[in-house]
Amino acid sequence: MNTRVEIPSIQRETLKPAARPIAGLPIQVEGLKKSFGDNEVLRGLEFEINAGEFIAIVGRSGCGKSTLLRLLVGLDAATGGSFRIGDDEPNAVDRDQVRVMFQEPRLLPWASVLANVEVGLGAQRRSPDGRRRALDTLQRVGLLERRAEWPSVLSGGQKQRVALSRALVSRPRVLAFDEPLGALDALTRISMQRLLEQVWADQGFTALLVTHDVAEAVTLADRVLVIEDGRISLDLRIDLPRPRERGSADVAALEGRILRELFKNARAGDDA
Amino acid sequence: MSAKRAAFDLKNLTQWILPVAIIAIWQLLSSVGFIPERVLPSPAAVVLAGWKLLLSGELLTNMWVSFRRAIIGLVIGGGIGFSLGLANGLSRRSERVLDSTLQMVRNIPHLAMIPLVILWFGIDETAKIFLVAVGVFFPIYINTQHGIRNVDAQLVEMGHTYGMTPAELFWRVYLPGALPSIFVGLRYALGIMWLTLIVAETIAASSGIGYMAMQAREFLLVDIVVLSIVIYALLGKLADSLARLLERACLSWHPAFQRN
Repeated sequence: MNTRVEIPSIQRETLKPAARPIAGLPIQVEGLKKSFGDNEVLRGLEFEINAGEFIAIVGRSGCGKSTLLRLLVGLDAATGGSFRIGDDEPNAVDRDQVRVMFQEPRLLPWASVLANVEVGLGAQRRSPDGRRRALDTLQRVGLLERRAEWPSVLSGGQKQRVALSRALVSRPRVLAFDEPLGALDALTRISMQRLLEQVWADQGFTALLVTHDVAEAVTLADRVLVIEDGRISLDLRIDLPRPRERGSADVAALEGRILRELFKNARAGDDA
Repeated sequence: MSAKRAAFDLKNLTQWILPVAIIAIWQLLSSVGFIPERVLPSPAAVVLAGWKLLLSGELLTNMWVSFRRAIIGLVIGGGIGFSLGLANGLSRRSERVLDSTLQMVRNIPHLAMIPLVILWFGIDETAKIFLVAVGVFFPIYINTQHGIRNVDAQLVEMGHTYGMTPAELFWRVYLPGALPSIFVGLRYALGIMWLTLIVAETIAASSGIGYMAMQAREFLLVDIVVLSIVIYALLGKLADSLARLLERACLSWHPAFQRN
């Protein structure tokens, strides 16, 4: 176990929404649909996300939560309906403002840690301070001294931290996470959750977190959307002060409520 | 550091124990007359023959001729194979047009074309270069295409989300991702390159190592025949070592090539 929890405890003041720069973009989703052949995965989603909000999207496997994320970051095209990010054209995704972090780190094995982060500069890669910003972001995730190494020598948690700094380096206004911590061990997950919360608090981007871990959703999000059968079955605001403690009574109560919602319609032998 | 270095040198030496022992026993058996000179000359006799040919200039001239054929054939055949491998790896349409035809041609043993090649080109340089080019084409073509095809689709998707242009995607994702497979093709092609050259020079040539061996056979100069075989072995080993060195330099990111 070589991943240490090395993130200092979070100051409450820095996490107050009013204290952060409003850099995030609002997202409006209207009647969004997606089918694969005859299989209708999303059946007309309808919701709004405020600028800088931290949204968690939960649901059972195959409920369409990852599909929704792929639509919103422009990796797939919707079958019907529309979404709008900030003032952009409907269904348009500005690649430099919207970044996505996947479950796998997806680092280029033949590029150094620093070069991988620089990939994240996107259209800004020719800017003169690109190198310095990449170094700053690496320092932010605590991997500055590993900058010259190959990704293959890093641990799973360290690789995800490199992927996070690659996603952050262009200062995106929307950051989407597709189960980014799903492949990590429990302790690394907790330290990564704290890191995500911190960078979100610092930079104020709109965060979309797709996860199957309900506790993770309640710990991190301002709002939890539960998706079932291609529709939103629950839209729950989480008004707990930050940082929230995993396993505290408040968190557990909300977690229980979401889980009950998820199991309400479950038939025997239905879990995927 | 110095202890580590000494251990490394020792490891390097280990691989030479067996060849040196074989040559020593061979020399011993020849010296006591157990192996007749007519069947297999002693290592010393082979070295002596090499020395004489070296002094006359004949050896270097023939080696240069063979080397030149090998390299020109490799560059032409490998270049075409690499280009078509890239095209068919990157474009499904190009693959549909070309691949099944190329796979049919691949099933012809290229050495079976020697009679035809002699009819077409005679026994001059073009014939040998053509055969080498055909021989090295397929391993490089197939491994380049396979390498491009097997580049991690998730990395390509990542490149798209970070706004890489098609050129950047090629240089930063596809080509480095395909490189390990391309090197496999190159090393395999180098083996075929020498093999083709040996056969072609033995059958139809008026210069080169193979020609030197065939001429020596006519005059029963067994030492020169053995010398030619040894030179082919050394050239083959040298080419493979160079390819491995290049591979190690280009793939230093690959876990299989990392020291410690």
